[in-house]
Amino acid sequence: MTISDLRNAAADSGAGSSNAPAGAPPSNRPKAKRTWRSYSVYAGLALIFAYCLAPFYWMLVSSLRRTADIFDNTLLPAPFSLENYAKVFDGSTMFGQALLNSLIVAGTTTSFALVLGVFAAYAISRLNFRFKSVILGVIIATSMFPGISVVVPLLRLFTDIGWINTYQAMIVPNLSFAIPLAVWNLTTFMKALPFDLEEAAMIDGCTKWQAFRRVLLPLAAPGVFTTAILTFIHSWNEFIIALSMINDPKIQTATVAISKFTGATEFQAPFGEQMAAGVIVTVPLVIMVLIFQRRIVEGLTAGASK
Amino acid sequence: MTTTTAPPAGAQTGTPHAPGPRKRGHRSPGEGRMAAMLLSPTLLVLALVIVYPLLSAVHQSLFRAESGLDADGFVSDVESFVGLANYADLFVGESGRRFLNAFANTTFFTVTTVFLETVLGLCLALAMNRAFRGRPFLRASILVPWAVPTAVSGLLWRWIFQSDGIANTLLGSEILWTAEGNASKLAVIIAEVWKTAPFIGLLVLAGMQVIPGEVYEAARIDGAGWWRQLGSITLPLVKPTLLVAVLFRMLDALRMFDLPFVLIGPGKESVETLSMLAWDESNQLRYGSASAFAVMLFLYVAVVAIVFAKVLGADVTGAKELKLLSKKTARKNRLAANQTQAAADLSNADQKKAEATR
Repeated sequence: MTISDLRNAAADSGAGSSNAPAGAPPSNRPKAKRTWRSYSVYAGLALIFAYCLAPFYWMLVSSLRRTADIFDNTLLPAPFSLENYAKVFDGSTMFGQALLNSLIVAGTTTSFALVLGVFAAYAISRLNFRFKSVILGVIIATSMFPGISVVVPLLRLFTDIGWINTYQAMIVPNLSFAIPLAVWNLTTFMKALPFDLEEAAMIDGCTKWQAFRRVLLPLAAPGVFTTAILTFIHSWNEFIIALSMINDPKIQTATVAISKFTGATEFQAPFGEQMAAGVIVTVPLVIMVLIFQRRIVEGLTAGASK
Repeated sequence: MTTTTAPPAGAQTGTPHAPGPRKRGHRSPGEGRMAAMLLSPTLLVLALVIVYPLLSAVHQSLFRAESGLDADGFVSDVESFVGLANYADLFVGESGRRFLNAFANTTFFTVTTVFLETVLGLCLALAMNRAFRGRPFLRASILVPWAVPTAVSGLLWRWIFQSDGIANTLLGSEILWTAEGNASKLAVIIAEVWKTAPFIGLLVLAGMQVIPGEVYEAARIDGAGWWRQLGSITLPLVKPTLLVAVLFRMLDALRMFDLPFVLIGPGKESVETLSMLAWDESNQLRYGSASAFAVMLFLYVAVVAIVFAKVLGADVTGAKELKLLSKKTARKNRLAANQTQAAADLSNADQKKAEATR
């Protein structure tokens, strides 16, 4: 059982997808050449599938083995077992609580960033004021700020004011990357929306605020949604802040919890449980990615390719 | 884009507020105040979570905790002002060696991973650009490495790189990937490239998809082969997108923390990055030197960003685009005031030119 088997498996799934309704291939090439080309294209596709999915697949397969077979190298779990998943949730690790914490922290961060981001993006994309590009530049520059440079000083501050082991100790520093992300995404999105409708609304007697609320906001809803997904994923994946600010297992988030996963026995690292926990943390994101892939790609690429 | 094509309100309704050369069309007296009101919460929060920590880090880096016990046997937390001693220590002695090692590791990881990611990402984008069938599946699968949390991917690769794990089985080797040494560096690079190359691929693909097909058609008619098309059309046209992607990846790689931390572990010399070093110091409650490391990392990131933007001219923030927009609108306004057909033509041509050059 090797990587090449994985590749074959991936190639199969690639071939299975070939009858998906996608844009018709360009037909202005000679036919013989086209079949040769399509083979090489499929080979390339299979390679990409394998590259992207093989490690994740390995995590999934390993998580479904029994502890005794964890070092098996078969491509499918021989006796299929949910043992690892049962162990993850058996209560000794508080993993369920960690998932809930992640949800609370990422959800709150996302909501704050969105509310602030919508107003800021509206101002930048629709209003005229001085230093606009400077302000946008500053907001975006802050997203390049290394997390550790926020963590070290804030750790000190939060220790002094007793915020260690609280949700706000994660949410507030999280805003340092969530807000720039939200502002940038929303600004790009709003700039692309036509101004005509708002203008028409204002000519009809709407105030700027009404035009914003009744015209622009509904139009921008898809962009807001995309931004929400991206911000949520980033906050869900956040590690260094949660690791530094929290040492109480009851408050820590899922990413930190699995990195500290030692399981019941301390003599051997519980890889099966770690893989199961990893799958549980990742699966919500993978589902989101599958459902909203078009939007996510749009949001990711909006800033870079203007 | 579309906002610029809307006729300027000033010209249409004949209000006395003729837009000045720096301003865009629709300006009313309250707008500045409204903008300030809308932006102030964001700027306030950013000041709290960015500016304050930065100043505080600079401040703390000038102090050092006396690491002795006080007269009653308690750990003393008296801090004394030591000036730039924490920075001087970055280059001498034991802590200096550690800092320079972390600095070298950070730089090494940044250069190698970003280079490999860019090459691989370009290949991915080229392959995807040719694939017409199965593209939704491809896009979904390529987003999986991106969506996997870095901490989880560290865990995942640690399992793959176990001494008796799948990597050694496939390679028929017995490499200790997750111990110290060059193998662990390689493990970090592989895991990082796996996670981030698809991201570059996606960005570059987006850049490729806006290149009109006629350009390639024309090149083909002129007899340009695949390599020639790649070198003379695709690469130059995706260059702006690619530069932005590379810059963002570089800045991200410079602050690398989660992956080596989970994959190899804290305090391992061969993979310790600046972020890990600063974190370790603050974990030992040596805030002074931790802050000095954090400030150095910040400066490093800032210098890289500025140099990159200046040398390669990457328009990262869209500031140039904004300026271009306002210039275009201002010119259009002036021309529209003349209301001559010739002026309108000129404006059209002008706009087309600006669009073509972008």
